[in-house]
Amino acid sequence: MAKAFQRFLARPNSDPVKSIGMAALVAAICALIVAGTAVTLRPLIEENRLAARAGQMAAMLESVPGISDLLDGGGIETLIVDLATGRISQTDPTDFDQTAAAADPDRSTALPPAADLAAISRRENESLIWLVREGDEIRLLVLPVRGAGYQSTIRAYLALEGDLNTVAAFTVYEQGETPGLGSRVTEAEFRNGWTGRRIFEGDVILIDTVSGASGDFEVEMISGASVTSYGTIDMVHFWLGPDGFGPFMDNLRKGEAGL
Amino acid sequence: MKQLTDPLIDKNPVAVHILGICSALAVTTSMATALTMSVALTVVVTLAAGLISALRSHIPNQIRIIVQLTIIATLVILADLLLQGFAHDMSQRLTVFVSLIATNCIVLGRTEAYAMHNPPLPSMIDALGNGLGYSLVLMSVAFIRELFGAGSLFGIQILITQAQGGWFVPLRLMLLAPSAFIILGLLVWALRSWRGRLAEKPDFAPRDTGSEASS
Repeated sequence: MAKAFQRFLARPNSDPVKSIGMAALVAAICALIVAGTAVTLRPLIEENRLAARAGQMAAMLESVPGISDLLDGGGIETLIVDLATGRISQTDPTDFDQTAAAADPDRSTALPPAADLAAISRRENESLIWLVREGDEIRLLVLPVRGAGYQSTIRAYLALEGDLNTVAAFTVYEQGETPGLGSRVTEAEFRNGWTGRRIFEGDVILIDTVSGASGDFEVEMISGASVTSYGTIDMVHFWLGPDGFGPFMDNLRKGEAGL
Repeated sequence: MKQLTDPLIDKNPVAVHILGICSALAVTTSMATALTMSVALTVVVTLAAGLISALRSHIPNQIRIIVQLTIIATLVILADLLLQGFAHDMSQRLTVFVSLIATNCIVLGRTEAYAMHNPPLPSMIDALGNGLGYSLVLMSVAFIRELFGAGSLFGIQILITQAQGGWFVPLRLMLLAPSAFIILGLLVWALRSWRGRLAEKPDFAPRDTGSEASS
Protein backbone atom coordinates (compact mmCIF):
# COMPACT_ATOMS: atom_id res chain seq x y z
CA MET A 1 0.00 0.00 0.00
CA ALA A 2 2.71 2.44 1.06
CA LYS A 3 4.82 1.27 -1.87
CA ALA A 4 1.99 1.85 -4.31
CA PHE A 5 1.53 5.34 -2.89
CA GLN A 6 5.23 6.09 -3.31
CA ARG A 7 5.12 4.83 -6.89
CA PHE A 8 2.12 7.13 -7.45
CA LEU A 9 4.00 10.13 -6.04
CA ALA A 10 7.04 9.29 -8.16
CA ARG A 11 5.02 9.58 -11.38
CA PRO A 12 5.76 12.73 -13.37
CA ASN A 13 3.35 15.58 -12.75
CA SER A 14 2.30 15.59 -16.41
CA ASP A 15 0.96 12.03 -16.09
CA PRO A 16 -2.90 11.95 -16.27
CA VAL A 17 -3.05 9.32 -13.51
CA LYS A 18 -1.11 11.62 -11.22
CA SER A 19 -3.29 14.62 -12.13
CA ILE A 20 -6.57 12.84 -11.49
CA GLY A 21 -5.13 11.07 -8.46
CA MET A 22 -3.89 14.28 -6.86
CA ALA A 23 -7.18 16.06 -7.58
CA ALA A 24 -9.14 13.20 -6.02
CA LEU A 25 -6.79 12.96 -3.05
CA VAL A 26 -6.85 16.69 -2.27
CA ALA A 27 -10.63 16.83 -2.71
CA ALA A 28 -11.20 13.80 -0.47
CA ILE A 29 -8.93 15.03 2.34
CA CYS A 30 -10.39 18.54 2.24
CA ALA A 31 -13.94 17.15 2.23
CA LEU A 32 -13.14 14.99 5.26
CA ILE A 33 -11.68 17.94 7.17
CA VAL A 34 -14.61 20.23 6.37
CA ALA A 35 -17.24 17.60 7.14
CA GLY A 36 -15.49 16.58 10.36
CA THR A 37 -15.28 20.14 11.63
CA ALA A 38 -18.84 20.95 10.63
CA VAL A 39 -20.19 17.93 12.49
CA THR A 40 -18.02 18.57 15.56
CA LEU A 41 -18.98 22.22 15.80
CA ARG A 42 -22.67 21.80 14.94
CA PRO A 43 -23.97 21.52 18.55
CA LEU A 44 -21.94 24.58 19.55
CA ILE A 45 -23.18 26.64 16.60
CA GLU A 46 -26.77 25.54 17.24
CA GLU A 47 -26.41 26.57 20.88
CA ASN A 48 -25.10 29.99 19.80
CA ARG A 49 -27.99 30.38 17.38
CA LEU A 50 -30.56 29.60 20.08
CA ALA A 51 -28.82 31.95 22.53
CA ALA A 52 -28.86 34.70 19.91
CA ARG A 53 -32.58 34.07 19.34
CA ALA A 54 -33.34 34.20 23.06
CA GLY A 55 -31.32 37.39 23.31
CA GLN A 56 -33.30 38.94 20.48
CA MET A 57 -36.58 37.95 22.10
CA ALA A 58 -35.44 39.50 25.38
CA ALA A 59 -34.25 42.66 23.63
CA MET A 60 -37.57 42.91 21.79
CA LEU A 61 -39.60 42.56 25.00
CA GLU A 62 -37.37 45.15 26.68
CA SER A 63 -37.98 47.60 23.85
CA VAL A 64 -41.76 47.58 24.24
CA PRO A 65 -42.77 50.30 26.71
CA GLY A 66 -44.31 49.06 29.95
CA ILE A 67 -43.51 45.38 29.34
CA SER A 68 -40.21 45.05 31.18
CA ASP A 69 -41.94 45.81 34.53
CA LEU A 70 -44.43 43.01 33.91
CA LEU A 71 -41.64 40.55 33.07
CA ASP A 72 -40.26 40.81 36.60
CA GLY A 73 -43.70 39.94 38.04
CA GLY A 74 -45.28 36.98 36.28
CA GLY A 75 -42.95 36.91 33.35
CA ILE A 76 -43.71 35.60 29.95
CA GLU A 77 -45.88 32.54 29.37
CA THR A 78 -44.98 30.08 26.63
CA LEU A 79 -48.02 28.34 25.19
CA ILE A 80 -48.87 26.14 22.24
CA VAL A 81 -51.75 26.87 19.93
CA ASP A 82 -53.56 24.38 17.73
CA LEU A 83 -53.72 26.44 14.55
CA ALA A 84 -56.71 24.61 13.03
CA THR A 85 -59.04 24.99 16.03
CA GLY A 86 -57.46 28.21 17.22
CA ARG A 87 -57.35 27.03 20.82
CA ILE A 88 -54.55 26.46 23.32
CA SER A 89 -53.30 22.90 22.90
CA GLN A 90 -52.28 20.52 25.67
CA THR A 91 -48.85 19.82 24.12
CA ASP A 92 -45.98 20.51 26.48
CA PRO A 93 -44.09 23.57 25.19
CA THR A 94 -40.80 22.83 26.99
CA ASP A 95 -39.47 20.37 24.44
CA PHE A 96 -41.60 21.37 21.46
CA ASP A 97 -39.45 21.72 18.34
CA GLN A 98 -41.47 23.79 15.92
CA THR A 99 -38.97 23.50 13.06
CA ALA A 100 -39.12 19.71 13.32
CA ALA A 101 -42.93 19.81 13.46
CA ALA A 102 -43.06 21.92 10.30
CA ALA A 103 -41.06 19.27 8.43
CA ASP A 104 -42.96 16.26 9.81
CA PRO A 105 -45.84 15.20 7.51
CA ASP A 106 -47.80 13.89 10.51
CA ARG A 107 -47.66 17.19 12.35
CA SER A 108 -47.95 19.64 9.47
CA THR A 109 -50.34 20.48 6.64
CA ALA A 110 -49.43 21.00 3.01
CA LEU A 111 -50.64 24.37 1.77
CA PRO A 112 -52.35 24.81 -1.61
CA PRO A 113 -50.35 27.34 -3.68
CA ALA A 114 -53.21 29.84 -3.66
CA ALA A 115 -53.24 30.03 0.14
CA ASP A 116 -49.47 29.91 0.54
CA LEU A 117 -48.79 33.65 0.69
CA ALA A 118 -45.57 33.22 2.65
CA ALA A 119 -44.26 30.49 0.28
CA ILE A 120 -43.51 28.03 3.06
CA SER A 121 -45.27 25.00 1.38
CA ARG A 122 -45.98 23.24 4.70
CA ARG A 123 -47.42 24.71 7.86
CA GLU A 124 -47.09 23.01 11.24
CA ASN A 125 -50.36 22.11 12.97
CA GLU A 126 -49.27 23.61 16.26
CA SER A 127 -47.23 26.70 16.97
CA LEU A 128 -45.56 28.28 19.95
CA ILE A 129 -46.84 31.64 21.14
CA TRP A 130 -45.76 33.86 23.99
CA LEU A 131 -48.08 35.93 26.17
CA VAL A 132 -47.50 38.64 28.71
CA ARG A 133 -50.55 39.19 30.90
CA GLU A 134 -51.43 41.61 33.67
CA GLY A 135 -54.13 39.90 35.67
CA ASP A 136 -56.46 38.49 33.01
CA GLU A 137 -55.75 41.20 30.53
CA ILE A 138 -53.38 40.47 27.65
CA ARG A 139 -50.66 43.10 27.38
CA LEU A 140 -48.48 41.53 24.69
CA LEU A 141 -48.85 38.62 22.29
CA VAL A 142 -45.74 37.38 20.50
CA LEU A 143 -46.18 35.21 17.41
CA PRO A 144 -43.42 33.45 15.47
CA VAL A 145 -43.78 34.12 11.74
CA ARG A 146 -41.71 33.03 8.77
CA GLY A 147 -41.80 33.27 5.00
CA ALA A 148 -39.77 33.58 1.86
CA GLY A 149 -37.78 36.73 1.31
CA TYR A 150 -35.63 37.36 -1.74
CA GLN A 151 -33.25 34.42 -1.40
CA SER A 152 -33.86 32.92 2.03
CA THR A 153 -36.51 32.13 4.60
CA ILE A 154 -36.97 35.07 6.94
CA ARG A 155 -37.95 34.15 10.50
CA ALA A 156 -39.28 36.81 12.83
CA TYR A 157 -41.21 37.53 16.00
CA LEU A 158 -44.30 39.68 15.65
CA ALA A 159 -45.36 41.28 18.93
CA LEU A 160 -48.89 42.69 19.15
CA GLU A 161 -50.21 44.96 21.86
CA GLY A 162 -53.21 44.11 24.02
CA ASP A 163 -55.71 45.29 21.37
CA LEU A 164 -54.35 42.44 19.15
CA ASN A 165 -54.03 44.94 16.34
CA THR A 166 -51.22 47.41 17.02
CA VAL A 167 -47.70 46.15 16.28
CA ALA A 168 -45.48 46.50 19.33
CA ALA A 169 -42.41 45.11 17.60
CA PHE A 170 -41.31 43.10 14.59
CA THR A 171 -37.89 41.49 14.99
CA VAL A 172 -36.21 39.29 12.40
CA TYR A 173 -34.04 36.69 14.10
CA GLU A 174 -32.92 34.62 11.16
CA GLN A 175 -32.41 35.52 7.50
CA GLY A 176 -29.94 35.00 4.70
CA GLU A 177 -30.80 37.96 2.51
CA THR A 178 -28.31 39.89 0.39
CA PRO A 179 -25.79 41.51 2.74
CA GLY A 180 -26.18 45.27 2.78
CA LEU A 181 -29.55 45.20 1.00
CA GLY A 182 -32.13 42.69 2.18
CA SER A 183 -30.11 41.96 5.30
CA ARG A 184 -31.23 45.35 6.57
CA VAL A 185 -34.50 43.72 7.71
CA THR A 186 -32.66 43.11 10.98
CA GLU A 187 -31.74 46.76 11.46
CA ALA A 188 -33.40 49.25 13.76
CA GLU A 189 -34.52 51.49 10.92
CA PHE A 190 -36.77 48.81 9.44
CA ARG A 191 -37.93 47.56 12.87
CA ASN A 192 -38.94 51.07 13.89
CA GLY A 193 -41.07 51.28 10.74
CA TRP A 194 -43.30 48.57 12.24
CA THR A 195 -43.76 49.88 15.76
CA GLY A 196 -47.18 51.42 16.31
CA ARG A 197 -48.57 50.34 12.92
CA ARG A 198 -51.94 48.64 12.86
CA ILE A 199 -52.71 45.39 11.09
CA PHE A 200 -56.48 44.96 10.93
CA GLU A 201 -59.25 47.27 9.86
CA GLY A 202 -62.26 45.32 11.09
CA ASP A 203 -61.56 41.78 9.89
CA VAL A 204 -59.41 42.77 6.94
CA ILE A 205 -55.62 42.75 7.11
CA LEU A 206 -54.56 46.08 5.67
CA ILE A 207 -50.90 46.39 6.65
CA ASP A 208 -48.62 47.04 3.68
CA THR A 209 -45.15 48.31 2.88
CA VAL A 210 -44.54 51.40 0.77
CA SER A 211 -41.70 53.80 0.33
CA GLY A 212 -42.47 57.03 2.11
CA ALA A 213 -44.85 55.35 4.56
CA SER A 214 -47.28 57.74 6.22
CA GLY A 215 -50.51 56.02 7.20
CA ASP A 216 -51.36 53.83 10.16
CA PHE A 217 -51.11 50.70 8.04
CA GLU A 218 -47.90 51.50 6.18
CA VAL A 219 -44.44 50.14 7.00
CA GLU A 220 -41.44 51.93 5.49
CA MET A 221 -39.90 49.81 2.76
CA ILE A 222 -36.18 49.06 2.57
CA SER A 223 -34.75 50.91 -0.40
CA GLY A 224 -33.10 48.43 -2.75
CA ALA A 225 -34.83 45.44 -1.17
CA SER A 226 -38.48 45.56 -2.18
CA VAL A 227 -38.78 41.77 -2.50
CA THR A 228 -37.50 41.34 1.05
CA SER A 229 -39.86 44.06 2.32
CA TYR A 230 -42.88 42.51 0.57
CA GLY A 231 -41.79 39.13 1.94
CA THR A 232 -42.14 40.36 5.51
CA ILE A 233 -45.59 41.84 4.79
CA ASP A 234 -46.76 38.68 3.00
CA MET A 235 -45.76 36.53 5.93
CA VAL A 236 -47.74 38.71 8.30
CA HIS A 237 -50.74 38.46 5.95
CA PHE A 238 -50.36 34.67 5.88
CA TRP A 239 -49.72 34.08 9.58
CA LEU A 240 -52.53 36.36 10.77
CA GLY A 241 -54.87 35.02 8.07
CA PRO A 242 -57.24 32.02 8.15
CA ASP A 243 -54.43 29.47 7.59
CA GLY A 244 -52.22 30.94 10.29
CA PHE A 245 -53.20 32.39 13.65
CA GLY A 246 -56.51 33.81 12.30
CA PRO A 247 -58.81 31.36 14.15
CA PHE A 248 -56.78 31.79 17.34
CA MET A 249 -56.99 35.58 17.14
CA ASP A 250 -60.78 35.37 16.65
CA ASN A 251 -61.07 33.13 19.71
CA LEU A 252 -58.85 35.46 21.73
CA ARG A 253 -61.09 38.42 20.93
CA LYS A 254 -64.18 36.43 21.94
CA GLY A 255 -62.37 35.08 25.01
CA GLU A 256 -62.77 31.49 23.83
CA ALA A 257 -59.15 30.59 23.18
CA GLY A 258 -59.02 28.30 26.21
CA LEU A 259 -56.46 30.33 28.13
CA MET B 1 13.44 39.42 7.38
CA LYS B 2 12.82 41.57 4.30
CA GLN B 3 10.20 39.02 3.25
CA LEU B 4 8.22 39.87 6.34
CA THR B 5 8.63 43.66 6.36
CA ASP B 6 8.48 44.42 2.63
CA PRO B 7 4.75 43.69 2.23
CA LEU B 8 3.96 46.06 5.11
CA ILE B 9 4.77 49.26 3.20
CA ASP B 10 6.82 48.91 0.03
CA LYS B 11 5.01 45.90 -1.42
CA ASN B 12 1.75 46.30 0.47
CA PRO B 13 -0.83 44.04 -1.21
CA VAL B 14 -3.70 46.51 -0.79
CA ALA B 15 -2.12 49.96 -1.05
CA VAL B 16 0.53 49.14 -3.68
CA HIS B 17 -0.79 46.15 -5.60
CA ILE B 18 -4.44 47.17 -5.07
CA LEU B 19 -5.52 43.59 -4.28
CA GLY B 20 -8.27 42.44 -1.94
CA ILE B 21 -10.12 45.75 -2.16
CA CYS B 22 -13.64 44.32 -1.90
CA SER B 23 -13.32 42.93 1.60
CA ALA B 24 -11.06 45.82 2.66
CA LEU B 25 -13.92 48.18 1.93
CA ALA B 26 -16.72 46.06 3.30
CA VAL B 27 -15.51 45.28 6.81
CA THR B 28 -13.84 48.55 7.76
CA THR B 29 -16.81 50.36 9.30
CA SER B 30 -15.57 49.31 12.72
CA MET B 31 -12.21 48.33 14.19
CA ALA B 32 -13.55 45.11 15.72
CA THR B 33 -14.77 43.65 12.41
CA ALA B 34 -11.61 44.80 10.63
CA LEU B 35 -9.43 43.12 13.25
CA THR B 36 -11.36 39.84 13.05
CA MET B 37 -11.16 39.87 9.27
CA SER B 38 -7.43 40.69 9.40
CA VAL B 39 -6.70 37.82 11.75
CA ALA B 40 -8.82 35.41 9.69
CA LEU B 41 -7.11 36.37 6.43
CA THR B 42 -3.61 36.32 7.91
CA VAL B 43 -4.13 32.85 9.39
CA VAL B 44 -5.69 31.49 6.20
CA VAL B 45 -3.04 32.91 3.87
CA THR B 46 -0.17 31.72 6.09
CA LEU B 47 -1.50 28.16 6.45
CA ALA B 48 -2.47 27.97 2.78
CA ALA B 49 1.01 29.07 1.72
CA GLY B 50 2.62 26.49 4.02
CA LEU B 51 0.40 23.62 2.84
CA ILE B 52 0.63 24.46 -0.85
CA SER B 53 4.37 24.95 -0.63
CA ALA B 54 4.76 21.56 1.07
CA LEU B 55 2.74 19.92 -1.72
CA ARG B 56 4.18 22.02 -4.54
CA SER B 57 6.34 19.33 -6.16
CA HIS B 58 3.30 17.03 -6.45
CA ILE B 59 0.75 19.55 -7.72
CA PRO B 60 0.35 18.92 -11.47
CA ASN B 61 0.75 22.13 -13.40
CA GLN B 62 -2.50 21.80 -15.39
CA ILE B 63 -4.70 21.68 -12.29
CA ARG B 64 -2.63 23.81 -9.92
CA ILE B 65 -5.14 26.66 -9.57
CA ILE B 66 -8.06 24.42 -8.64
CA VAL B 67 -5.92 22.41 -6.20
CA GLN B 68 -4.78 25.66 -4.56
CA LEU B 69 -8.35 26.94 -4.42
CA THR B 70 -9.59 23.70 -2.84
CA ILE B 71 -7.00 23.99 -0.09
CA ILE B 72 -7.70 27.70 0.44
CA ALA B 73 -11.47 27.16 0.47
CA THR B 74 -11.11 24.37 3.05
CA LEU B 75 -9.15 26.67 5.35
CA VAL B 76 -11.70 29.46 4.83
CA ILE B 77 -14.61 27.19 5.71
CA LEU B 78 -12.74 26.10 8.84
CA ALA B 79 -12.16 29.75 9.82
CA ASP B 80 -15.83 30.54 9.19
CA LEU B 81 -17.06 27.55 11.23
CA LEU B 82 -14.70 28.36 14.10
CA LEU B 83 -15.96 31.95 14.14
CA GLN B 84 -19.58 30.75 14.14
CA GLY B 85 -18.78 28.39 16.98
CA PHE B 86 -16.67 30.59 19.20
CA ALA B 87 -17.49 34.18 18.19
CA HIS B 88 -21.06 33.98 16.96
CA ASP B 89 -21.88 37.70 17.24
CA MET B 90 -18.78 38.61 15.28
CA SER B 91 -19.56 36.11 12.53
CA GLN B 92 -23.05 37.66 12.27
CA ARG B 93 -21.49 41.09 11.79
CA LEU B 94 -19.02 39.89 9.16
CA THR B 95 -21.79 38.06 7.24
CA VAL B 96 -20.40 36.64 3.99
CA PHE B 97 -17.03 38.34 4.02
CA VAL B 98 -15.18 35.61 5.87
CA SER B 99 -16.28 33.05 3.29
CA LEU B 100 -15.23 35.49 0.59
CA ILE B 101 -11.59 35.21 1.73
CA ALA B 102 -11.57 32.22 -0.62
CA THR B 103 -11.78 34.58 -3.59
CA ASN B 104 -9.42 37.18 -2.14
CA CYS B 105 -6.72 37.83 -4.72
CA ILE B 106 -4.08 38.27 -2.02
CA VAL B 107 -4.39 34.63 -0.94
CA LEU B 108 -4.35 33.11 -4.41
CA GLY B 109 -1.75 35.66 -5.50
CA ARG B 110 0.72 34.67 -2.79
CA THR B 111 0.21 30.93 -3.20
CA GLU B 112 0.43 31.08 -7.00
CA ALA B 113 3.28 33.56 -7.23
CA TYR B 114 5.40 32.54 -4.26
CA ALA B 115 4.40 29.35 -2.44
CA MET B 116 4.36 27.25 -5.64
CA HIS B 117 8.07 27.96 -6.15
CA ASN B 118 9.54 28.19 -2.64
CA PRO B 119 9.99 25.93 0.42
CA PRO B 120 7.35 26.03 3.18
CA LEU B 121 9.09 28.26 5.72
CA PRO B 122 9.91 31.20 3.42
CA SER B 123 6.45 30.85 1.87
CA MET B 124 4.78 31.11 5.25
CA ILE B 125 6.88 34.14 6.21
CA ASP B 126 6.04 35.80 2.90
CA ALA B 127 2.33 35.04 3.38
CA LEU B 128 2.42 36.26 7.00
CA GLY B 129 3.99 39.51 5.82
CA ASN B 130 1.29 39.98 3.21
CA GLY B 131 -1.43 39.16 5.73
CA LEU B 132 0.02 41.75 8.10
CA GLY B 133 0.26 44.28 5.27
CA TYR B 134 -3.43 43.73 4.50
CA SER B 135 -4.21 44.04 8.22
CA LEU B 136 -2.27 47.30 8.47
CA VAL B 137 -4.32 48.92 5.70
CA LEU B 138 -7.58 47.51 7.07
CA MET B 139 -6.88 48.79 10.56
CA SER B 140 -5.84 52.25 9.28
CA VAL B 141 -8.99 52.62 7.19
CA ALA B 142 -11.18 51.25 9.99
CA PHE B 143 -9.56 53.63 12.48
CA ILE B 144 -10.50 56.67 10.40
CA ARG B 145 -13.97 55.35 9.51
CA GLU B 146 -15.01 54.34 13.02
CA LEU B 147 -13.51 57.41 14.70
CA PHE B 148 -15.15 59.94 12.41
CA GLY B 149 -18.23 57.92 11.53
CA ALA B 150 -19.28 56.90 15.03
CA GLY B 151 -16.87 58.72 17.34
CA SER B 152 -15.66 55.45 18.82
CA LEU B 153 -12.78 52.98 18.58
CA PHE B 154 -13.42 49.26 19.17
CA GLY B 155 -16.89 50.35 20.30
CA ILE B 156 -15.51 52.59 23.07
CA GLN B 157 -16.79 56.14 22.76
CA ILE B 158 -13.87 58.57 22.20
CA LEU B 159 -15.66 61.61 20.82
CA ILE B 160 -18.95 62.33 22.57
CA THR B 161 -21.61 62.71 19.86
CA GLN B 162 -24.27 65.41 19.89
CA ALA B 163 -26.95 62.81 20.45
CA GLN B 164 -25.24 61.98 23.76
CA GLY B 165 -24.88 65.63 24.74
CA GLY B 166 -21.38 66.26 23.36
CA TRP B 167 -20.14 68.36 20.46
CA PHE B 168 -19.21 65.79 17.80
CA VAL B 169 -21.44 65.39 14.76
CA PRO B 170 -20.78 61.93 13.25
CA LEU B 171 -20.00 61.94 9.53
CA ARG B 172 -22.56 59.55 8.11
CA LEU B 173 -20.50 59.30 4.91
CA MET B 174 -17.76 57.50 6.83
CA LEU B 175 -20.08 54.55 7.48
CA LEU B 176 -21.01 54.24 3.79
CA ALA B 177 -18.93 52.34 1.23
CA PRO B 178 -17.76 55.38 -0.83
CA SER B 179 -15.79 56.74 2.13
CA ALA B 180 -13.62 53.62 2.09
CA PHE B 181 -12.71 54.28 -1.55
CA ILE B 182 -11.86 57.89 -0.73
CA ILE B 183 -9.74 57.00 2.32
CA LEU B 184 -7.97 54.20 0.48
CA GLY B 185 -7.33 56.50 -2.48
CA LEU B 186 -5.83 59.15 -0.22
CA LEU B 187 -3.76 56.45 1.49
CA VAL B 188 -2.36 55.23 -1.85
CA TRP B 189 -1.63 58.84 -2.85
CA ALA B 190 0.15 59.55 0.44
CA LEU B 191 2.18 56.35 0.16
CA ARG B 192 3.28 57.12 -3.38
CA SER B 193 4.24 60.69 -2.48
CA TRP B 194 6.30 59.38 0.42
CA ARG B 195 7.94 56.55 -1.52
CA GLY B 196 8.33 58.19 -4.91
CA ARG B 197 9.52 55.10 -6.75
CA LEU B 198 6.18 53.35 -6.15
CA ALA B 199 4.45 55.79 -8.49
CA GLU B 200 3.94 54.29 -11.94
CA LYS B 201 5.00 56.10 -15.07
CA PRO B 202 2.03 57.56 -16.95
CA ASP B 203 0.74 55.13 -19.58
CA PHE B 204 0.86 57.84 -22.22
CA ALA B 205 2.02 61.45 -22.22
CA PRO B 206 -0.75 64.03 -21.91
CA ARG B 207 -1.20 66.02 -25.11
CA ASP B 208 0.46 69.39 -24.95
CA THR B 209 -1.80 72.42 -25.00
CA GLY B 210 -0.51 73.65 -28.37
CA SER B 211 -1.87 70.73 -30.39
CA GLU B 212 -5.14 70.83 -28.46
CA ALA B 213 -5.65 74.48 -29.38
CA SER B 214 -5.03 73.80 -33.07
CA SER B 215 -7.37 70.76 -33.30
